[in-house]
Amino acid sequence: MSDEPARERFSALRRLFRTTAVRLSAIYIVVFTVFSLFLVVAVTHEAARVVDRQLVEAIAVEVDTLLDDYRDGGLVRLVTTLDERARRPDAGLFYVVDPNGNPVAGNVAELPLQAVIEDDDEPHRLAYSRFEDGREARHVALVRSFTLENGFHVLVGRDIGERERFRSVFRKAFRWIAGAMVVLAGLTWWFLARRVLKRIDQVSEASRRIVAGDLSGRLPVSGSGDEFDRLAVSLNDMLAKIGELMKGLKEVSDNIAHDLKTPLTRLRNRLEAALAEPEDADGHRRALEAAIEESDGLIRTFDALLMIARVEAGSSLATADEVDLAEIAREVGELYEPVAEDAGVALSVEAEGSVKLVGVRELLAQALVNLVDNALKHGRSEGREAKVTISVGREGDRAVLSVADAGPGVPEADRTRVLDRFTRLEASRNAPGSGLGLALVAAVARHHRGTIELSDAAPGLMVTIRLPTA
Amino acid sequence: MRILIVEDDREAATYLVKALKEAGHVAEHAADGESGAHMVTTGAYDVVVMDRMLPKRDGLSIVQEMRGRGDATPVLVLSALGQVDDRVDGLRAGGDDYLTKPYAFTELLARVEALARRTRPGEVETTYRVGDLLLDRLSHTVTRAGEDVPLQPREFRLLEYLMKNAGQVVTRTMLLENVWDYHFDPQTNVIDVHMSRLRSKIDKGQERPLLHTVRGAGYMVRETPK
Repeated sequence: MSDEPARERFSALRRLFRTTAVRLSAIYIVVFTVFSLFLVVAVTHEAARVVDRQLVEAIAVEVDTLLDDYRDGGLVRLVTTLDERARRPDAGLFYVVDPNGNPVAGNVAELPLQAVIEDDDEPHRLAYSRFEDGREARHVALVRSFTLENGFHVLVGRDIGERERFRSVFRKAFRWIAGAMVVLAGLTWWFLARRVLKRIDQVSEASRRIVAGDLSGRLPVSGSGDEFDRLAVSLNDMLAKIGELMKGLKEVSDNIAHDLKTPLTRLRNRLEAALAEPEDADGHRRALEAAIEESDGLIRTFDALLMIARVEAGSSLATADEVDLAEIAREVGELYEPVAEDAGVALSVEAEGSVKLVGVRELLAQALVNLVDNALKHGRSEGREAKVTISVGREGDRAVLSVADAGPGVPEADRTRVLDRFTRLEASRNAPGSGLGLALVAAVARHHRGTIELSDAAPGLMVTIRLPTA
Repeated sequence: MRILIVEDDREAATYLVKALKEAGHVAEHAADGESGAHMVTTGAYDVVVMDRMLPKRDGLSIVQEMRGRGDATPVLVLSALGQVDDRVDGLRAGGDDYLTKPYAFTELLARVEALARRTRPGEVETTYRVGDLLLDRLSHTVTRAGEDVPLQPREFRLLEYLMKNAGQVVTRTMLLENVWDYHFDPQTNVIDVHMSRLRSKIDKGQERPLLHTVRGAGYMVRETPK
């Protein structure tokens, strides 16, 4: 149990390492380090090479000058020149020995004799000691020796301590910088990953709450406008839409519960009552007939609901074809004309020529049938001649279909509500109907990318559907 | 008439078989797609009632297979799916008629009988005669006892469909589908009003009516027995 916190810390660390930010920055650090390492090595190497070449050239020039001096003025002139040079601040080292190896002149404390006596074609490295502030100091130099005609040996060289120091400064600086870089990257890395993880955790937490059923929950938006904010805003929009749909679904299911359960209860009561009655073939028959009628009504309601759902889901578009709205209006008018006449309603159709659009004939006809049905059922008022007018026309690039009656109309406040499923205004509560007729009409209009509008036919109600013809 | 019912709901199937037998037909039952597909190959049926959603095999695929091998036995497709698209699918697969569940038995019986009639061989009739009622499909005229009966175009088609199925029950939805080409149910009984108009033109003042209402089912054109 004691290693529990440690394990926890370890798993937190692993989680941290799994984040994209951390992985990306790890890769970045490695690449950057390798690149700068290469850069430093290349620069120092190249710089050292340049310095080396300069030294070699300087030595060659010196050797040439000394040989010239010797040729012009003999050993004396050569030694004079060497002495003169040795006093300059940037002096190299030199050493002259006689043929027996005894030092004649020079500014070097100690030197292996062998290095002076043997002639060189190329300069080479040599460790030596020289006096500095009265003390002997170890140095490394690039030297070249040559022998004069009189058998004297001369060694000329340049100290390369400068170069070595330059190198070590570079190395040290690089070590410091690399160390600082790793520490800095680590810190950036830590804060970045923690920030990202924190935002992700907030989002996960919020979405867990939402999944648990709190659809009013929203993802946190920090207001910084970064990518997390943008994502959160779009997800929130989606959640709002889902919430809206859920609300609609709940309303519908509440309505279904009410409007389907009422007739089901009625049906059950009727059958129960018939069963409780004494054996009476006639009574039973009447009860059964009533039950069948009730269930037919239920089936109709159910069909209408399914149809609305299907139309709203847009799945009937496959059968869309070019249809003539005017012809549909004339057909429906003809279908309902005898019904209207029997009911004492003057039904007229104002649909000349053809108004073509792409649509589903069956759906458009059913929508119109529902409108005419509504107009015949509810479109009459005391003391007014009952009439229903179906008209089809054009308004720009839209086909317009309207049905007007001379009834009491629909109050302005209720005009949106009546388009919902199961809405039945108090005034018509007792008239037959499921309250789904207009909902289907609205769904059909939407399905055809059209609009539906309820207005005052002065007097009466006018329902207008506008559908795009292109 | 021999009828095959391919339906996985045993209760519904048993009821159908019993009711069809009572109506004077011979009915057999297949409970799943495979046995249904096997039984139709015997070719011993006048009409097949095919449920769309079956265990083991889809009902429509059986119909397609039948049509593929040239079997023209009329098929009534039964389905809980009743939208425009579903109906089109059913008919495209080779079904001759489409009925949505739940249905009234009288509706199914009327449609099955109409389907069986449809396949009777014989040339296309140009005139229909029931008693002294004569309908001429070419000249679009109707006479009753030799007297001209003026009809609106739609009334003519209504009578034409009824007379084509003379002696058989024709339901309201069959009339809506075949005369108006509407596959939905108008809440108001528009068909009854049209029928009463037609009746007043055909039967008014006649001693023996020819247009009969069949209670709980629909209509029938038939000579009244003396």
